Amino acid sequence: MTDDLQLRLDKVLGGFSDEAGNLIPILQKVQEEFGYIFREAVERIADFLKMTENQVYGVASFYAQFRFTPPGRHSISACLGTACHVRGGERLMESLSRTLRVKPGESTSDGRFDLNRVACLGCCALSPVVMVDKDIYSNMTVMKLRGILRRYE
Amino acid sequence: MSNFEKLIENSKREWEALNNSGLPMIYLGTASCGIAAGADAVREAIRTTLEKNGIPAHLMEVGCIGICYQEPLMDITAFGNPRLSYGNVNSEWAQKIINSYLQKKDPLKDRALGHFGQGPFDGLPRFFDLPFFRSQVRIVLKNCGFIDPENINHYLAHEGYQGFHKALEMSPDDVIEEVTRAGIRGRGGAGFPTGKKWRTCRDQPSKVKYLICNADEGDPGAFMNRSLIESDPHVLLEGMLIAAYAIGATHGYVYIRAEYPLAIKRLKNTINQMMKAGLLGQKILGSDFSFDIKIKEGAGAFVCGEETALIQSIEGKRGMPRTRPPYPAVSGLHRRPTVINNVETLSTIPHIIQNGASWYRQFGVPGNHGTKTFSLVGKARHTGMIEVPLGTKLRNVIFDIAGGAAKPFKAVQTGGPSGGCLSMDYLDTPVEYESLAAAGSIMGSGGLIVMDEDTCMVDMARYFISFCSIESCGKCTPCRIGTSQMLNILNRICQGNGREGDIELLERIGHTVKAASLCGLGQTAPNPLLTTLRYFREEYVAHIREKRCPAGVCKDLITYSILPDKCTGCLACISACPNHCITGEKKKPHVLDPTECVKCGACFEVCKYDAVVQR
Repeated sequence: MTDDLQLRLDKVLGGFSDEAGNLIPILQKVQEEFGYIFREAVERIADFLKMTENQVYGVASFYAQFRFTPPGRHSISACLGTACHVRGGERLMESLSRTLRVKPGESTSDGRFDLNRVACLGCCALSPVVMVDKDIYSNMTVMKLRGILRRYE
Repeated sequence: MSNFEKLIENSKREWEALNNSGLPMIYLGTASCGIAAGADAVREAIRTTLEKNGIPAHLMEVGCIGICYQEPLMDITAFGNPRLSYGNVNSEWAQKIINSYLQKKDPLKDRALGHFGQGPFDGLPRFFDLPFFRSQVRIVLKNCGFIDPENINHYLAHEGYQGFHKALEMSPDDVIEEVTRAGIRGRGGAGFPTGKKWRTCRDQPSKVKYLICNADEGDPGAFMNRSLIESDPHVLLEGMLIAAYAIGATHGYVYIRAEYPLAIKRLKNTINQMMKAGLLGQKILGSDFSFDIKIKEGAGAFVCGEETALIQSIEGKRGMPRTRPPYPAVSGLHRRPTVINNVETLSTIPHIIQNGASWYRQFGVPGNHGTKTFSLVGKARHTGMIEVPLGTKLRNVIFDIAGGAAKPFKAVQTGGPSGGCLSMDYLDTPVEYESLAAAGSIMGSGGLIVMDEDTCMVDMARYFISFCSIESCGKCTPCRIGTSQMLNILNRICQGNGREGDIELLERIGHTVKAASLCGLGQTAPNPLLTTLRYFREEYVAHIREKRCPAGVCKDLITYSILPDKCTGCLACISACPNHCITGEKKKPHVLDPTECVKCGACFEVCKYDAVVQR
């Protein structure tokens, strides 16, 4: 691990006490800072909370929020909640997957996008919805989506 | 004058000053759904219009009033007229309406949805007389859309914290007694009597007790809790104060989904304001009652809505449920007595304490008192968030409030992945815990998903079973193996490879998973499957025997084609097709090559002449 990485990681951990209950908040903060949970982070967190790496990874991999590969520059989340499913969410996901040539959970080879499925964004009345970074797009269609992606480089 | 009276007086002064300033008031709904519909752009348009034309006015951002299909919503109060509400406002309309109303005193009446006045106004309907609102009873949602959710004074000026103030003057036992008498049952779905849960926790000798608000609204299709927290966060936290006082808790948590960033932000802001006002922390309002609240963000696991799994998650572990008893009210977080209540349950408590149990019991029907919030989604014509008395018939909700479906109605799904799909014949079922359970569904947290003839019920069952199989924590075998086996069978049916006997096999596995699973997730996971098998069996038969999807949804069983007599040759589908499998010239009928078609539906979407058909 580079000194810089070590420093940033320690800074994140500095905001927490070593209670076991802090494991998930720490993982969330690490992901917010670095974009994903990487091997050295798991080691360092285990050390900090006096747990095994296995325990840390066990918890991290249980929850859908955590990713273990670097994200793209922009994150696309296609909502596959019930309301979105009924109004064509699955078709949007397939179309995204085909155009970007990635499966959900992966990033494009140029690092521009990562594609994710999300169970529900809670905007069900405006379904189907797709979220790009923090922007939520409502009443999506395959055609509208193509235009929207052009805005993100 | 006590500190509390001072707080109230100051807040009322601020509220009145705002409303009696003589300036027009513009209200904009900026909860997540409003923003998704474009409220950010409308806000900018309002600001620039006011600035550019030198119009003095207040702009106030409010939460969601629930009529989501009309988002973004902008309301204006001016010239002593009642507040007028405008729906589907984009930047252009915001500018037009403001200029016309505030400069020329013409409110563009035809563009308004209704008004909030008492008497008649210029032939416009009263907003709450619109079909969407007429049969609603708004208790929990009372403030939503009317106050600035980020301003504690607005809440205080609307009888905020009065219930808590009254509770402090009662004994904790009396508070529990009042809640028990009110007959409120858990709004998270299971319907356990709230007073009874509190009593059990109160009776435990432990010095340390916890209160947890379950805001892990994981049911896809349900967003009432998000909307309520974004629109009126104080009512929830006031409910938590009362609950904590009653059970003797000193520490509280709000366990909320990380997918709800705005709700989390508003909760944090609310907690800070409460600390400053002396409504949280040590010796609250000068009493002996001390309480603090922490926010715990969930990390995307549906099973954490189950209370024992939720506790594991707060403790920093994998969210896996355990057997009960002991119930959390006896041994919960850190093995201390813990009460876990849903957002809506807690948000109802201030109203019950303030107005009394008898007042609350007038709403609803015996055994099912009070109101319940629902989200109306799917193919409903009027989507949104509503609150109705328990006992209201599904028919009223779906046809009177939601305006039915755009195409002929087929089914309504209640209770999310744990609920069931009810057919037309069951629309006279009253919305209450026992009746919905008798029909094979559950009340659940409150998502109502309307389905029409274009929804395939086999695909729906597959969707829910797939959801539960992904979200199954894997601890117990019936749920882990059972859901994935049911999914395999449903997948093959949807792909046209269904076999004779599959229906019976699905029923057998479904009943086993229901009977043998450890927690609520597994025990209810087969519900969507079993109810569709019960009410829509013929669709399964069509998939298995005729290899046909009657609703035209299952991709492997449909083909796209172009009707030459309807095609105008506009080229739209040709440019839409990602696989270049449509050919043709301008003004001549196009031809679709089904062997190359990936069935993405883009051509179907863009065709304005209904020339593309899926069969």
